[in-house]
Amino acid sequence: MRILFKTSYDQDIDHLVDPGERVRVGLVIAVALAAPLLVSSYFLSELAIFICYAIAGIGLMVLLGFTGQVSFGHAAFLGIGAYAQAALMTRGVPFLISLPLAGLIAGLVGAGLGRAVSKMHGFYLAVATLAFAIVIESVIGAAGPITGGHMGLQVPPISFFGYELHENWQIYYLYLAVLLFVIWGTANLMRAPAGRSMIAVRDSETSARSLGIDVAKVKVRAFFVSAGITGIAGGLMAHLLFYLSPETFNLFESLRLMLMVVVGGLGTISGAIFGAIFVSFLPNIIDQLRVVLPAAVANQAGLEYLLFGAIIALFILFEPLGIYGRWRKLRLFIETYPYYRRSTFVRQKRYLKSERFR
Amino acid sequence: MGASDFIQLLLIGLSQGCGYALVAIGFVFIYRATEVVSFAHGEIMMIGAFVVLTFAEIWGFGFWLGAALGLLAMAIMGYVLDMVVMRRMIGESQASIFILTVAIGLMLKAAAGMIWGYSPQIMNSPFHGQFSLGGIVIGKERLAIVVGTLIVCVLLWAFFSKTRVGLAMQAASQNQLAAYYSRVPVRRLVSVIWAIAAMVAALAGVLMAPITQIDTEMSIFGIKAIAGAIVGGFGSIPGALIGCLIIGVSEPFLDYFYPPLKGVYAYVILLVVLFLRPEGLIPQTYQKKV
Repeated sequence: MRILFKTSYDQDIDHLVDPGERVRVGLVIAVALAAPLLVSSYFLSELAIFICYAIAGIGLMVLLGFTGQVSFGHAAFLGIGAYAQAALMTRGVPFLISLPLAGLIAGLVGAGLGRAVSKMHGFYLAVATLAFAIVIESVIGAAGPITGGHMGLQVPPISFFGYELHENWQIYYLYLAVLLFVIWGTANLMRAPAGRSMIAVRDSETSARSLGIDVAKVKVRAFFVSAGITGIAGGLMAHLLFYLSPETFNLFESLRLMLMVVVGGLGTISGAIFGAIFVSFLPNIIDQLRVVLPAAVANQAGLEYLLFGAIIALFILFEPLGIYGRWRKLRLFIETYPYYRRSTFVRQKRYLKSERFR
Repeated sequence: MGASDFIQLLLIGLSQGCGYALVAIGFVFIYRATEVVSFAHGEIMMIGAFVVLTFAEIWGFGFWLGAALGLLAMAIMGYVLDMVVMRRMIGESQASIFILTVAIGLMLKAAAGMIWGYSPQIMNSPFHGQFSLGGIVIGKERLAIVVGTLIVCVLLWAFFSKTRVGLAMQAASQNQLAAYYSRVPVRRLVSVIWAIAAMVAALAGVLMAPITQIDTEMSIFGIKAIAGAIVGGFGSIPGALIGCLIIGVSEPFLDYFYPPLKGVYAYVILLVVLFLRPEGLIPQTYQKKV
């Protein structure tokens, strides 16, 4: 096990404390920057979708992983962001202004929802957000003049000062820049007082309150940040979809976001990235499975949903910490070999403690 | 809108609300016992309807025997579901538990689609046809739901307050550790509660089948029932009944007056009620005193 010597107070709030971690993150960024040289143009557009999911995952992670507030309706913010982006661009607002505006609109709607639900907890929150998402889907369908209703809405191409982006690598670099900015911003937020108070609310509302944190305000803020980031992801996604319809952002999309953060590992930014990788490659995995499975099962219509459910269930039952947790265990195993003990990660609480008193 | 239309819509709403209430009763019991909110209950109801359909129509046992066998099968399924899956989750955070139940619901729905197909199926039940009472036409299938809900409520009330097992279940739901210390077999009782809940949900599925037909989309009932239970204040049985009736009765009227948002009014009502009273109409959670 490596022992870190702290030589300055600033080290306490460093983003990446471990030098190995710094090297790894640097390598990943280098590979991401070099990707257009290495892979085909088609794969680059796949990567762009992955980036959208990663941003949305970070958005949900702020709420679910860092503040402990469940949202089953995050696709609604994705949808609001996408529609805001498309509607603004159609009305001639330049991309550089419309994307932050889309995020802001989604964020404000999120803050409104957060204001409404800040007194709720647990599954009240889950159901309220679920209901919110269903209602938003219908409202988008009903609000024909702005959203095109069920007819759909065409998304204009990205353009900077009259110069349109067409090549996949240009779009890829733009999206990568947004992703890196969001990661950097979220990491900064989480070491600032605002972010730390979110973590305090997640761990115990009672003790957070007794430390003088305004719990309701923190929740509203978390909803704002989370919905805003997700809205930006939606705005980026709109350009990849070319054509928006209300059904694009349905309940299943919310579940996909949920799957992403749960499988990736709650409570870390890397978890959101791992989860996004997983979700983006899941269709390929399912296609592989189709070949292996007997034909009677493989050609059924609901197979994707079945596997989706199975993967979430298995992860929650057997690896609640997600892929990131698995990675942490592996690292500890290597670092402390041969002294690794399984019980390091075993959960202590084995009986039900009521949450009716909170 | 005349008076007879009004009463017609009211009756439709009342029966719909009772259908929601039947589903809601199941997971409110589960919630009281284990604080698990089962988002899969709509799917369990749908599976229940399919299983009864299989017994009654496809294997030809007839309605009554088929329903009895189907309910029994669902009880076993509920028991096994708790024993194999949900029991491991005791003590986990609520968030991961209901993500798990959503996942289970997704799997059940997909499996039902694979086994029974996606096209709606019709079950022949003895409750069909209609009779008129003072100029108002009442469908027998709708009356059956209301009567069925009443009977189930009375039976469950008697079970939980009069029998030894029921009292033990109440004890277990109030304080698990204390119940363990008094030799209440908490784990088995929780599984039994799951079995009862699955059975009641299946009953709801059977009673709703003549109205909605049986298909995988029936599971939307579960979410609406949860909405109803939350409107009433989750965890209280009378609250769940009142909430489900409010939602069931107001849905047809709102659909009638403003159709563009048809089908989502349950959620609109939920959001409005939660906005006004975050704990529902009959609050069930208490602030912890330090």
